[in-house]
Amino acid sequence: MGKITIPEEENMHPGHIACLGCGGGLAMRYTLKALGKRTIVSVPACCWAIMHGKHPSFALGVPLVDTAFEVTGASISGIRAALDAKDIKDVNVVGFAGDGGTADIGIQALSGAVERNTNVFYVMYDNEAYMNTGIQRSGATPPGAWTTTTPVGTTQDWKKGAKKNMVEIMVAHDIPYTATINVAFPEDFIKKLQKGIDIDGPKFYHAFAPCPTGWRHPPELTVSIAKMATDSNVFPLFEVEIGKYKITRKPKKRIPVKEYLAIQGRFRHLPEDEVEQMQRRVDREWELLLRKEEFTADF
Amino acid sequence: MPKMVITVNYSLAYGAKLSRVEVVAAYPITPQTTVVEKLAEFVANGEMDTQYVKVESEHTAMAALISASLAGARTFTATSAHGLTLMHEVLIWASGSRTPIVMGNINRAMAPAWSVWADHLDSVAQRDTGWMQIYAETNQEVLDSIIQAYKFCENNEVLLPCMIMEDAFFLSHTSEAVDVPEQSEVDAFLPTFDPPEKLDVDDPKGFCSLVMPDWYMEFRYLMYEAWNKAMGVIYDVVEDFEKKFGRNHGALLDMYKCDDADAVLMAAGTAAATCREVVDDLRSKGKKVGLARIRFFRPFPTEEVRSLAKEVDAIGVLDRSFTFAHGGAFFSEVGGALYNSPAKPALKNYVAGLGGRDITPKTLSRLFEDVLSLPENGTEKEIEWVDLKDAPPEEVS
Repeated sequence: MGKITIPEEENMHPGHIACLGCGGGLAMRYTLKALGKRTIVSVPACCWAIMHGKHPSFALGVPLVDTAFEVTGASISGIRAALDAKDIKDVNVVGFAGDGGTADIGIQALSGAVERNTNVFYVMYDNEAYMNTGIQRSGATPPGAWTTTTPVGTTQDWKKGAKKNMVEIMVAHDIPYTATINVAFPEDFIKKLQKGIDIDGPKFYHAFAPCPTGWRHPPELTVSIAKMATDSNVFPLFEVEIGKYKITRKPKKRIPVKEYLAIQGRFRHLPEDEVEQMQRRVDREWELLLRKEEFTADF
Repeated sequence: MPKMVITVNYSLAYGAKLSRVEVVAAYPITPQTTVVEKLAEFVANGEMDTQYVKVESEHTAMAALISASLAGARTFTATSAHGLTLMHEVLIWASGSRTPIVMGNINRAMAPAWSVWADHLDSVAQRDTGWMQIYAETNQEVLDSIIQAYKFCENNEVLLPCMIMEDAFFLSHTSEAVDVPEQSEVDAFLPTFDPPEKLDVDDPKGFCSLVMPDWYMEFRYLMYEAWNKAMGVIYDVVEDFEKKFGRNHGALLDMYKCDDADAVLMAAGTAAATCREVVDDLRSKGKKVGLARIRFFRPFPTEEVRSLAKEVDAIGVLDRSFTFAHGGAFFSEVGGALYNSPAKPALKNYVAGLGGRDITPKTLSRLFEDVLSLPENGTEKEIEWVDLKDAPPEEVS
């Protein structure tokens, strides 16, 4: 039996009010396991603005500030500046925001924080829509998905257009470290966060976090679906360290995208040709990633 | 105490430096730019031990300072007009999170039409954000107000933010002789910032978190109590400041020759400075007029206005902005304060100087005469737009 590398320390306690099977809940739990008690978290409007409990309850073992929707990058910049002013160097500052709060309304503040080379962690827990407000499409909703604002209807009005590629947007900022992480792979998740502790500058993590409520799947399938996302190459696990790509999991047996889509209600309307188109897109992205890894191997 | 000839924008920068601000986050906007430039120079030259976050918008500047303040740092920024109004959401967040941020705001007109000149609408539009508001008259007052503001804002009974206003160009870019105190003098007056609660890994707590309807009102009521206490604290700080530095710019309402006045004009900002000259001139001609300068618009000097009302027959209120309500904001609030007051002098609103138009001694002289005539002639025309061109703008070549 292999050695378990997941820290026993818990900084997310019973009393949180996440939905059953919430991927975002796992994402916070693993983030805090990785970074430990000497961590300050900033959370904008998103599911996590509620999940840690309402006043006077508080389910986390680290200090947290709730902020306005679009300001996570600003908030963590301010916290880091205050700690620097007081010469406190051993505290991790974490922005923990949803995909809408990151890829849409918060992208400016994030871009600014990264451009200023702020020494912070930023975790985008991606449930691929505005879930806290009730499943509205975001810039990170994948094409083809049903949401309450892409309701399919009689005109095939599902989400059109690509999912914003936040990791590549971060690479374009020349960020010291960025990685994809997935709640189905906690060892990889925690390892990548811990790697960031020794990297001075911004660290951006794209965390895959299924939402049973919004994706229309049974809560007990959260981890299975998250695993299928990576094993179908829909959500590959990789990291980019100053431009150098490294794929951290290469699925031995690739699952067809169709199987990943089939167990989620949000894709059930998709005609066969759309599914095939998605498979081609996933294959193309994977091929591109392999080449990036190869191309930057000597960096 | 060295005297320096500096602009108000430099007064803001020196005030922040002397207050040993720990975190600055700022974004450039005309006519504020020389504030952020001077601060950058101080930091780059090692004259100021400050973390300077050069942000990508005013919204981020304010949001960064809220979190920095919650982490226990003394914070400062400066902005103007569109920068201030872009901050609106987070201004409310700042007061609600009880962060005693101090900010300079160069009062500039809001577009359209594009204008970079003096007008109070930018800050008047922030009156309900929970920020204290000081409208400054001189360069010295700006520097002194920053030091005073940290002292009363950071008082544990208060813990509220404060913005200090300067009329664009009339004040921001005008050089005056300013007494710049020694660092040791300011240190003796202003203790370090030590909030009762902060983001602390050894004492983990949630800040600004969700409250259900069973608690929200109590949080707002606690702020209301803090506002009420703030008035007393401001008076104490102003008094202490005078003892230490020998200067007093007035507390909430700054009275000039109001004691035996028949008629008083209320004004804020640089127009008040012109008013003083006009008051002196009219007094020399035997006219009993005075100036009540609105130094603080928030907290609003209700009791001071009511006391003034007992002594005078007529009050004119000068607004350098218009709010599309019943008159300008200063006028409607003075009127509101007087409704339940036993003394109700005649009251008239003068809307003047919008978009940086000069408010000249000649104009003010006429307004004082008009206020003097109100008890006899009545206030049929309750709201007067002063010095309007006869023709609408499109017909002016």
